[in-house]
Amino acid sequence: MTGYLIKGARIEGGDQADLLLRDGVVAEVGSGLSAAGAEVVDADGLVALPGLVDLHTHLREPGREDAETVETGTQAAARGGFTAVHAMANTDPVADTAGVVEQVWRLGREAGYCDVRPVGAVTVGLGGERLAELGAMADSAAAVRVFSDDGRCVSDAVLMRRALEYVKAFDGVVAQHAQEPRLTEDAQMNEGELSGVLGLTGWPAVAEEAIIARDCLLSAHVGSRLHVCHVSTAGSVEIVRWAKGKGWAVTAEVTPHHLLLTDELATTYDPVYKVNPPLRTHDDVEALREGLADGTIDCVATDHAPHPSEDKDCEWAAAAFGMLGLETALSVVQEAMVETGLLDWAGVADRMSARPARIGRVEDHGRGLEAGAPAQLTLVDPSARRPVDPADSASLSRNTPYARRELPGRVVGTFLRGRPTVLDGKLQ
Amino acid sequence: MIRHLLSAGDLSRDDAVTVLDTATEMLSLADRTIKKSPVLRGRTVVNLFFEDSTRTRISFEAAAKRLSADVINFAAKGSSLSKGESLKDTALTLEAMGADAVVVRHGSSGAPHRLANSGWVRSTVVNAGDGTHEHPTQALLDAFTMRRHLGDLDGRRIAIVGDVLHSRVARSNALLLSTLGAEVTLVAPPTLLPVGIASWPVATSYDLDATLPKADAVMMLRVQRERMNDAYFPTVREYSRRYGLDARRMGLLPEHSLVMHPGPMIRGMEISADVADSPRSVIVEQVSNGVAVRMAVLYLLLSGSSHDSSDSEPQEDDA
Repeated sequence: MTGYLIKGARIEGGDQADLLLRDGVVAEVGSGLSAAGAEVVDADGLVALPGLVDLHTHLREPGREDAETVETGTQAAARGGFTAVHAMANTDPVADTAGVVEQVWRLGREAGYCDVRPVGAVTVGLGGERLAELGAMADSAAAVRVFSDDGRCVSDAVLMRRALEYVKAFDGVVAQHAQEPRLTEDAQMNEGELSGVLGLTGWPAVAEEAIIARDCLLSAHVGSRLHVCHVSTAGSVEIVRWAKGKGWAVTAEVTPHHLLLTDELATTYDPVYKVNPPLRTHDDVEALREGLADGTIDCVATDHAPHPSEDKDCEWAAAAFGMLGLETALSVVQEAMVETGLLDWAGVADRMSARPARIGRVEDHGRGLEAGAPAQLTLVDPSARRPVDPADSASLSRNTPYARRELPGRVVGTFLRGRPTVLDGKLQ
Repeated sequence: MIRHLLSAGDLSRDDAVTVLDTATEMLSLADRTIKKSPVLRGRTVVNLFFEDSTRTRISFEAAAKRLSADVINFAAKGSSLSKGESLKDTALTLEAMGADAVVVRHGSSGAPHRLANSGWVRSTVVNAGDGTHEHPTQALLDAFTMRRHLGDLDGRRIAIVGDVLHSRVARSNALLLSTLGAEVTLVAPPTLLPVGIASWPVATSYDLDATLPKADAVMMLRVQRERMNDAYFPTVREYSRRYGLDARRMGLLPEHSLVMHPGPMIRGMEISADVADSPRSVIVEQVSNGVAVRMAVLYLLLSGSSHDSSDSEPQEDDA
């Protein structure tokens, strides 16, 4: 058997075509293709997208293998249609040396479900005091290009300036978790009408927006690339729009959950809805959707954050921040963006594959589905609808905020270098 | 009647009036030689206190015992935040012991809500104060005390003064008193009013002197000195000058007005000693009314629940 012949898929939601995947590349695109020895995949009614790329994933290994491992996390990624993920640095030990990033990269290669691009910490131990050896991580086998202290903000303006400058030497980007620490001490949920009523300490929008504004100015001043993680407020969208209008090298991501869920859910006091940055208001959700539609926000990134049940099965303040995202991301984007008419499938391909691959400098991903391109591909059935079952997950954790909620779309197949990691909706 | 008492906002006006009227009957029990009623005989009430609060705990304990319930005091000090037993495991233990009602005090907002809605226990849950969220039985006893002196609270003007931001008493009182038709004004420095307070069913003011001449009752909230370290106000002296109730300010109140405090007081900070001990002060009466109100709450919640008890006289069906 040599290769896969995908019959009748709608390429990025457009016209139907056949795709022949052979030797790790898209060998041919056309109609009525046939290929001796190739396994035929009937894709009638399915949409073919370039393999999805996640700029923001927590794989938890090394250190919290009870929550997730590189293997289970990349399995979840494949089931969600991803062919590349960026593994965040807040592991234990922190990914702040060439040794740790190479270990994570190698675990990803061995598992083989998805390309793992480790993110390097900006500062040693995420401590916010001294730069980590960014160059060593860039030069390592993991070839790190994205650097982030995610979970913590690089709040020191001088350190942030230096990091932005320093990574220019190897075309890196600093991905900032924008959270002014003093304004968010003990913060539990969005600061607004509900935080006051619920008696939960507020996380004000200004704590995010002030850092984003500062970082945009720093990025312009030193001429460096800045990426803003998980933008969550209408004000943040405005600031990024303004910075882009100036022609500055600023990019931004939004999570699926910030495109769909609001702080109303905190009224349940169920910590499955506790996340950082917190769920915001309906107006913020609207602004984020518009920002993603008009390209102000470049991409969707999951911030997939697995936690064991004991860290969620408790009172709100004691619970960990974060929610699963890899296996539901495409469905949430379909509901929030496609079914609302804000994005077509070509737009989804751009925001979930092409642009994140470009920001992360991930070669061989995010290319169009044309002859000669590397065969990273996702087949999605947009007509399917399913209630989300937390037990039906490849992740070791169960902290999905969508339990029992019906979501549209289903990933039928995922191909990494022409080889299926998921076929008929099942891991291969 | 509702099944759990988690928030004062859960009570309709009818519910609240039922509790207050029942509390009046319970209070008359205290005048009898035998201060005990058999209505909750055979039922188990657990006082689950993750935070120290001797006054609230003994008030609930006395209430349950006067209704002949079995009382178990469970001081689970040190929340799960400090590596103790988790709320869930504690709840499963109580469920195994067959608690009919759990009275819970917890440092985390929403912990009683979690206990009632997570499926860990089947018991009725009574919130005895959770974090900076609510303290509904305190609001009920405050309303009860006001009604005894002022009559119907409809249209009455109540000022609540102090650290509203961190006060569960203020939240529960704002909700309950509004439900009962009172006009509530929250008075505090702007730093100690929560963001979003415009959506509450209350008025707000930064000016205590302007509020007092119209108040039928003024309730002073405790203010922790440590708040000044977080820049909520500059100094204790400045706070007292602007928002403390002293004899001069008490003179601004109408003749019939009540002075209240949920305790524990910090004399010299939010209230001066002569005001706390003045004839206008009903602070001690609030404490004694607490037992009657908590008897009413336990009686109404438990006699309305599905468990059989030949001694109980169900008044209303479980909604």
